[in-house]
Amino acid sequence: MRLGVKLLLVAVALTAAGVMIGFYVSNLTTLAGSPSYRLPVSGSSAHPVVNLEIQTVAAVGPKLSRNPDWVSYLVKTQGGTWERRTVWDLPAHATVHVTWFNFDSATGLRNPYLARPQGMVGNRVLIDGKPANHIDPNLASHTFAVPALGLIVAAPGIADNAKNPCGFAPCQLSNAHRTIKFTFHTGKPGHYRWQCFVPCAAGWIYGFGGPMQTIGYMDGFLNVQA
Amino acid sequence: MAAADPNAARTPPHDPTNHGQRVVVAWILLSAIATPLVAIFVGHLIPPGNASVQGTEQVFDNTWMLSVITPIVCLLVVFFVYGLLSFRATSDAIVDGPPLRNDSRIQILWIIGTGVIVLFLAGFGTYELLQNGAGGGQGPNPIAVPAGPKFQVQVIAQQWQFTYRYPSLGNLESNQLVLPANTYVELHVTSLDAVHSFWAYELGVKADANPGVDNVAFVKTKGPTTFHVRCAELCGLWHPYMFNNGLIVSHAQFTAWAAGAKKLYASIKPFMDRPAANGGAPYAHIYFPAPDRRAG
Repeated sequence: MRLGVKLLLVAVALTAAGVMIGFYVSNLTTLAGSPSYRLPVSGSSAHPVVNLEIQTVAAVGPKLSRNPDWVSYLVKTQGGTWERRTVWDLPAHATVHVTWFNFDSATGLRNPYLARPQGMVGNRVLIDGKPANHIDPNLASHTFAVPALGLIVAAPGIADNAKNPCGFAPCQLSNAHRTIKFTFHTGKPGHYRWQCFVPCAAGWIYGFGGPMQTIGYMDGFLNVQA
Repeated sequence: MAAADPNAARTPPHDPTNHGQRVVVAWILLSAIATPLVAIFVGHLIPPGNASVQGTEQVFDNTWMLSVITPIVCLLVVFFVYGLLSFRATSDAIVDGPPLRNDSRIQILWIIGTGVIVLFLAGFGTYELLQNGAGGGQGPNPIAVPAGPKFQVQVIAQQWQFTYRYPSLGNLESNQLVLPANTYVELHVTSLDAVHSFWAYELGVKADANPGVDNVAFVKTKGPTTFHVRCAELCGLWHPYMFNNGLIVSHAQFTAWAAGAKKLYASIKPFMDRPAANGGAPYAHIYFPAPDRRAG
């Protein structure tokens, strides 16, 4: 075989391998199962305001995932539907009002430090309408944390014997739930990851496999854009 | 009678040039020029940085090693370039090279030279390690414990964030490592879940964070500055995002920061102090080591 043909075959093989690796990596790490969602913005361009409604559910259900028993975040879209998207486009220097409905029960934090809400306006949250500057770490169900913004919010779970718990998503407000409200600022443009710190992935080693290691469930990005 | 093969190898004519002497002279000259240049102009650029005594010592060590390596690299470069220039084939005729002969002087010199270099580096490295651990994690029972008082900080890794506890500040915890300047710090590195590695780059500290293990490292901070902290062990989805900036501040600034942080985190202090057996959080309230087993 001529040298030129050999070189061509090697180049083709390397290119094919590179493309396959690229697809694999992008599928793993970026938007797999969770295309970015541009949150609707109100207010002025100088002072944009975003109203973000999210819910956490113990089981995402068969309609929203091929992993129906995975714990997950959902976001409420402009059309009023709940979708499993965890990569959100936001404007820079925006004020984000978050309303978070948690339909899951408690798991407990590994580190009680995270039970202190921080990084939001006033360093406190409203839990079921009441201001709170901490929760019992053992009663934490999930956290919404953006470490690069210093934002950490832990949500308490519903009681184990709560009436009318939600089986799987999307859950309705008639189901037992906790409501957490807080406000934070997005700051400068950037690609900020967010995650849950509670080891809430039932059935996975240390509670941190599966939905905790897959974007689109308990992890995502804030794409803060200029 | 067979015809002579025109391509048959021929014995080269005797070469009276002393190539070895030339190479040695060129090597010594190049090394004499390059080594101080590398030590002076490149040494200070070598990581990790000068945020701590250990960091500065590592820069010094790396500069030393680079200075030792430079003559070796010079020898290779000289040998390679000299060989290319002096032993080029000047025609298409195939000519044998000079016959290789055993030279016990060169062999002995090579064994002694490389042996001395390796033993020197081993001794030098051991001496540096035994001074104060050189910023590395020494496990739960460190052998290189610097003398004098030390400020204790527990480094807690979890997927995917480092937090820092200050036992002497009433178990205050922070998601940013803030240290007082010119202070010996005793870091107790542990993990709440997977294996991580605490790498405070400019501090010159790198210590594995294993669940249930207290990995102790010592570092003496220098003047106020910032440094980078990142995880150096592949630990899951957000491992690349497991980084942060740390601060070294003056003692007055540190006291002010601690007072503010204590106030901010006062609401969760009862949970931080409560043992698991008494309804507290099951993991991070456990300090390593126990008060009666602290290093130093």
